[in-house]
Amino acid sequence: MINSHDILETINMIDNENLDVRTITMGISLLDCIDSDITKSCQKLYDKICRYAGSLVRTGEDISKEYGIPIIHKRIAVTPIAMLAAACPGNDPVKFAKALDKAADTIGVNFVGGYSALVHKGFAPGDYALIDSIPEALASTEKVCSSVNIGSTKAGINMDAVAKMGKVILKSAALTADRDCIGAAKLVVFCNAPEDNPFMAGAFHGPGEPDCVINVGVSGPGVVRAALAKAGDCNITEVADIVKKTAFKITRMGQLVAKEASRRLSVPFGIVDLSLAPTPAIGDSVAYILEEMGLEQCGAHGTTACLALLNDAVKKGGVMASSHVGGLSGAFIPVTEDAGMIEAARSKALSLTKLEAMTAVCSVGLDMIAIPGDTTPEIISGIIADEAAIGMVNSKTTAVRLIPAIGKKAGEELCFGGLLGNGPVMDINRKSPARFISRGGRIPAPMQSLKN
Amino acid sequence: MNAVITVLGKDTVGILAKVSSECAKVDVNILEVTQSVLQGMFAMIMFVDISKCTVPFSQLVDSLTASGEQMGVKIHVMHEDIFNAMHKI
Repeated sequence: MINSHDILETINMIDNENLDVRTITMGISLLDCIDSDITKSCQKLYDKICRYAGSLVRTGEDISKEYGIPIIHKRIAVTPIAMLAAACPGNDPVKFAKALDKAADTIGVNFVGGYSALVHKGFAPGDYALIDSIPEALASTEKVCSSVNIGSTKAGINMDAVAKMGKVILKSAALTADRDCIGAAKLVVFCNAPEDNPFMAGAFHGPGEPDCVINVGVSGPGVVRAALAKAGDCNITEVADIVKKTAFKITRMGQLVAKEASRRLSVPFGIVDLSLAPTPAIGDSVAYILEEMGLEQCGAHGTTACLALLNDAVKKGGVMASSHVGGLSGAFIPVTEDAGMIEAARSKALSLTKLEAMTAVCSVGLDMIAIPGDTTPEIISGIIADEAAIGMVNSKTTAVRLIPAIGKKAGEELCFGGLLGNGPVMDINRKSPARFISRGGRIPAPMQSLKN
Repeated sequence: MNAVITVLGKDTVGILAKVSSECAKVDVNILEVTQSVLQGMFAMIMFVDISKCTVPFSQLVDSLTASGEQMGVKIHVMHEDIFNAMHKI
């Protein structure tokens, strides 16, 4: 029999500590929608998404009600669109973005990811056209998310793509300047992008994935923080144990939801992504966990160590709770989506350089950071190169999602609303990396890649 | 198939009676009840068998949640699997 303490603990986690399943993401392969006629290809894509994911939202809501667990998002990830664009050269890939947006509207999901290209070793047909079209695609659609993988431990870093992405990010922000530059918030530049990540904006359905798959992303920073608060002044070994135990419970819940969704939709279960994903809601912050560990404010010296412990303990606790773990799996540190990070950035306790150090030990990278609107594309490319180097050398995923705040300076604010949150424009180092970026070429894969 | 009904809130007369009559109306069998009143706060946990329930589970959830609101208490109705998953290895 289940004991009443456990029941009340679960209910308290849901009611008061923001425990939820962050997303059920259905990955759909569009390889069979490739056609040399772009209009036909768009129609096939739209039909397939509606056919496969027609009941995704309703199923998610049913599960949520039956088990009493909030399931916040239902989303779609598709095959990188550059692969479809390759078959119809000379056409504008934005048509694909519009077809994806329309499909998302029809089935009722809030984001669809996969307006993507994988160019870590070089550009294939379709890649150039797709990357060049990203700013317009993001400006002319609501729900489409884009990502570009520019490096990997095995391939090194494609510096031509790094140079290009600096310009693309800036243009994506400029085209949506009237909407707080939201275009750039829907664009992620990756090194070592996972093929099964359920979280936006970086989700896409990798070419090695099956036809259709269900991936689930869990969350629960509020629960971890509350558990640490209850424990009081214990030593750091005990802190790690508490995080592990809590992560186990959170992940078991995610696993249950994933299995149930997979059964009801008759779609194979892919992975559970063990992530602590914050939201701007008070009490749902990763920064507050670090502060609960004993930092005056996130960004203080000691932050990287606390985050390393947190990230590791989340994985250790979660890995036994799920039969397949994947995606990004770790603690996210998106600045504008985390109440504690927003406060820390406002008070200047948290700087871009500290964030860069933190990305060496967290699950992703420089995420949701507003930078001054007059930042040059070369500086953005320099930031991408640094971040990709950290990912490449440490055999981990790193990502860059920067939002150049057009017309704004450091200290002013951007406000996206909703889950994307709001936050201050952070200061950057203005020294120019232009000559380095203009060299182009490829940073060779590091020794770490030679494991065979 | 079993579910867990929890009632949390300020103690008032007839909470147990109201919840059990709602259950009886739709053939939900009560298997076990534990309840405690601590400093005027009422906490009741009820294990019920919903395999013969005459209405869809979501409807049961809605009607009990609504009666909870009428009585000024919070009622959760959740499938037991969630607790098994989270608290048992």
